Amino acid sequence: MELFGLYHYWTFAVLLMIGFYAVIAKSNLVKKLIGLYIFQSAVFLLYITMDKVDGGTAPIIQDGVTGQVFSNPIPQVLILTAIVVGISTTALGLAIVIRIKEAYGTIEEHEVREMDHRVA
Amino acid sequence: MSLAGHLPILQVVVPLLIAPLVVFLRPRGLAWAAAATASLLAFLIAVTLTGQILRSGPVTYMLGSWPVPYGIELHVSPFSALILLIVTGASTVALFAGRRSINMEVNNDRQPLFYSAWLLALSGMAGITVAGDAFNIFVFMEIASLSGYMLIAAGPDRRALPAVFKYLLMGTIGATFYLIGVGLIYMMTGTLNLADMEARIHGVGELKPILVAAGFITVGLALKAAVFPLHVWLPNSYTYAPHMVTVFLAACSTKVSIFVLLRFDFLVFQQNLVAHDIQFATVFIPLAILAILIPSVSAMFESNLKRLLAYSSVAQIGYIMLGAALVSVTGLTAGIVTMFNHALAKGALFLAVACLGTHFLQLRIENIRGAARHMPWTMAAFVLAGLSLIGVPGTAGFISKWYLILAALQEGSLGIVLVAVVLISSLMAVVYIWRVVEAAYFGIEKEGLQPAGEAPLALLAVTWITVLANLYFGFFPSLPLTLSTEAATALLEHLR
Repeated sequence: MELFGLYHYWTFAVLLMIGFYAVIAKSNLVKKLIGLYIFQSAVFLLYITMDKVDGGTAPIIQDGVTGQVFSNPIPQVLILTAIVVGISTTALGLAIVIRIKEAYGTIEEHEVREMDHRVA
Repeated sequence: MSLAGHLPILQVVVPLLIAPLVVFLRPRGLAWAAAATASLLAFLIAVTLTGQILRSGPVTYMLGSWPVPYGIELHVSPFSALILLIVTGASTVALFAGRRSINMEVNNDRQPLFYSAWLLALSGMAGITVAGDAFNIFVFMEIASLSGYMLIAAGPDRRALPAVFKYLLMGTIGATFYLIGVGLIYMMTGTLNLADMEARIHGVGELKPILVAAGFITVGLALKAAVFPLHVWLPNSYTYAPHMVTVFLAACSTKVSIFVLLRFDFLVFQQNLVAHDIQFATVFIPLAILAILIPSVSAMFESNLKRLLAYSSVAQIGYIMLGAALVSVTGLTAGIVTMFNHALAKGALFLAVACLGTHFLQLRIENIRGAARHMPWTMAAFVLAGLSLIGVPGTAGFISKWYLILAALQEGSLGIVLVAVVLISSLMAVVYIWRVVEAAYFGIEKEGLQPAGEAPLALLAVTWITVLANLYFGFFPSLPLTLSTEAATALLEHLR
């Protein structure tokens, strides 16, 4: 029971490893980047799940209402920033992939490596 | 509060605000001038801050006057001051030296963007150094890394692109690991402020998540710092980046990550996890020994000048980690002073290589044969900087090796092995520096490859200033030593 009560951590761990596997195992550079983004998104989920407080509501202070339980807003704020970082990273990565395609004519990692070996 | 009170934030904000302006400066001389001025300003701020700290101790700055731990705190310790000097100094030196070199390697219409990315990298690294908040460190780290990728990708050789792609993947994985670690700590303590974190972990009952966090943070940052065997992104990135970018990044980017690593492992975890100092030592002493020996061997057989020096950088990171892993005041002092001295030596070496690069398109040892006859000043600078890298008395490099050996000798029989490792790797450094010197001084020139003359004057002058700094800090090492000793003492202060 305890095992599945923590299902959000399992989601985090499984997603993290799916992303990591793609980064390592895929040869296509775009697939690597997709893996990288899944990897980062898993961490976003870790942060988002930790701000949940049982019975908590949106953290807005209202006149005349007391004794409310609030969810923690800080992890959401943090992860908003981290999402921006993730998008920038992916965008820059894709830009580099476009330039690799222009320079080498391929986006397969092993073909790029072979072409470099032939030159060197 | 006077302007002097705002220096910690100005350190970050000055280059950050000038960066977007540089994009609009179309005549490229202007973009360069703006970037160089911003960098010089940042350097002067760092010098002033260092002066303040030497006089009156660490500086704390509360953003928007919000009290700690609710507000964001900037904290400039002697350790930060030393790193700030390295970062801003390297950037300023490279910009002032490198106008001609950058003109040769980066397209005219891309130059404003290039200089803008440069300033972003500078402000990111300065931000990591002054931040007192774990999440701010992450954001600044990503600013520095993303702009760093852009700078490296500006290299003229197409092989820069796969190299930078690999760096991007590994750098992002490192940063994400760091983020996981910070998340786990936040979960257990509810704070992001480093000092507050340290205090609150005392009250945490279940330490397992903190231990996992320590693992994630240490591995993530070691990846960013290119600690062996996580260094594979480094050699090609440094090799194919524009020469001036190599000067800038080789001098400081990995050191900034080591700075964060040491702060976490010593200030946050060391007091709170059982036997964390022993864990730290057992992980990093073997890795440091391998880091010192294996890349040195690679460097001995490498024929590309820049990759040779890049492998040597990985070995030097090994020295830094070895000093730190001894977990003693002398060891940490040695490690930290090595950061400073290595930045000086490697900066000067890469500058000398950039001088060669103004005449040789392919920087391979067999191509630069006989270069010393045409470029005597360049090669003399290379020799002196090389001596500093090897650690010959009278140069800055000697000071770090001396302290490292002193620290190793305090460790008993293990120390003897460590001293042997340091000596062997110094001999290997002699070998790989000598290979370059031999080719340049005694080699027979290749037909059609003779350079027309010396490197541009500005580049050569700055190279020599850096070389003379190597000699100066070899004879008068009190500034970096004072800062390093204070930093080491502060890192070990709370150790039970």
